[in-house]
Amino acid sequence: MGEIQRLGLIFIGALLVYNILLIRFIALCSFFGISNSMDTSIGMSVAVIFVMMVSSTLSWCLWKFVLAPFGIGEFLYIPVFIFVIAGFVQLEEMFIKKTAPTLYKAMGIYLPLITTNCAVLAAATEVAKPGFLKLNVAYNYTLPEAWIYTLGVAMGYSAALIIFTAIRERIDIAPVAKPLKGYPIAFITASLMSLAFTGFAGLMGL
Amino acid sequence: MNGLLGNINKGIGWENPLLRLMIGLCSALFVSVKVENGLFMGIAASFVLIMSNILVSALRKWTPDNIRIPIFLVVISVFVTIVDLTLKANFPAIYERLGVWIPLIVVNCIILGRAEAFAYRQSVLASALDGIGMGLGYTWVLLAMGFFRELFGTGKIVVFDKVWLSLGPSFLPPVFLVTFPGAFLTFGLLMGLLNKILMKVGS
Repeated sequence: MGEIQRLGLIFIGALLVYNILLIRFIALCSFFGISNSMDTSIGMSVAVIFVMMVSSTLSWCLWKFVLAPFGIGEFLYIPVFIFVIAGFVQLEEMFIKKTAPTLYKAMGIYLPLITTNCAVLAAATEVAKPGFLKLNVAYNYTLPEAWIYTLGVAMGYSAALIIFTAIRERIDIAPVAKPLKGYPIAFITASLMSLAFTGFAGLMGL
Repeated sequence: MNGLLGNINKGIGWENPLLRLMIGLCSALFVSVKVENGLFMGIAASFVLIMSNILVSALRKWTPDNIRIPIFLVVISVFVTIVDLTLKANFPAIYERLGVWIPLIVVNCIILGRAEAFAYRQSVLASALDGIGMGLGYTWVLLAMGFFRELFGTGKIVVFDKVWLSLGPSFLPPVFLVTFPGAFLTFGLLMGLLNKILMKVGS
């Protein structure tokens, strides 16, 4: 299998077949919490793509050059990765606030939320410690593969979030039985979306 | 005293983390495929929740406001690592099934949310009780969902390799319920049901 093909498979797998929200069930809090307006979803998506790429790179390097060589990865990976992500997000927030106030206004409020976005930690751990997410194919990511994988995960997150927001805006004005109004019907919608994404299983042998 | 007990009650009912506050959903939906999973996940998350609430509350006077989130996360991740390694050593089969969700307790919004919204501002005792209440609230929803999905999705309930309840061989289970879309559907219907009950009680 050529290198390009392999990268393509990793990307499609992360984007559709193992969609982080609808198939892996990771990061659902933000999925339901912020999907009530389109502006918020787009802002959050951009912020997630950015933070995920950086934190995966950091965790990959840390695992490769610090944790694995010293044999301390097995019991220290959770504190180390989460500390790196939380620290990075905090630093990032201060940096953007000082240098680009307009960008901060658009993206700033989503940054603290991202710290607890499980998707970031999950992707960061998966690229560093392959097999963490128990995908069918165990990869041993090189750095470019880690980037492609993370990009796929982040874009899968954004796509699912934006589609879901669009559907929810339509449902808000639909006649729904009273006890099901609001969140319950959103969950039932998510159930149908998830069912649709299950259809991607087996695509290109993934 | 009433106020302190109220800290427990609110987690179970009106401020139930899953059904009312809508936090910590990811792990709940995923693990609630079996009663047994729900039980272990509930215990694991409650342990982390109670311990981190206590420690965050005890350290609240020395925690600088600017970097409180990284500090909370370090506190939480210590307890998560304890749970992670304990389960891995003593219950390998269950650990295998709960999979990534044990390490991911560290970013479970319930725990960070309670640290930030409650333990950072309250006394140690109140925080511990709040942790117990939230833990119980989380666990009962997991068990209820697990019961429904396992019973109707597979036709029987198996805990510790023993069949506790069976619907008999003539029951053809809808496998849909134990798949991912089934989790969303069950949760949506459970919320709808709770809303209906609360509406009746309220009127």
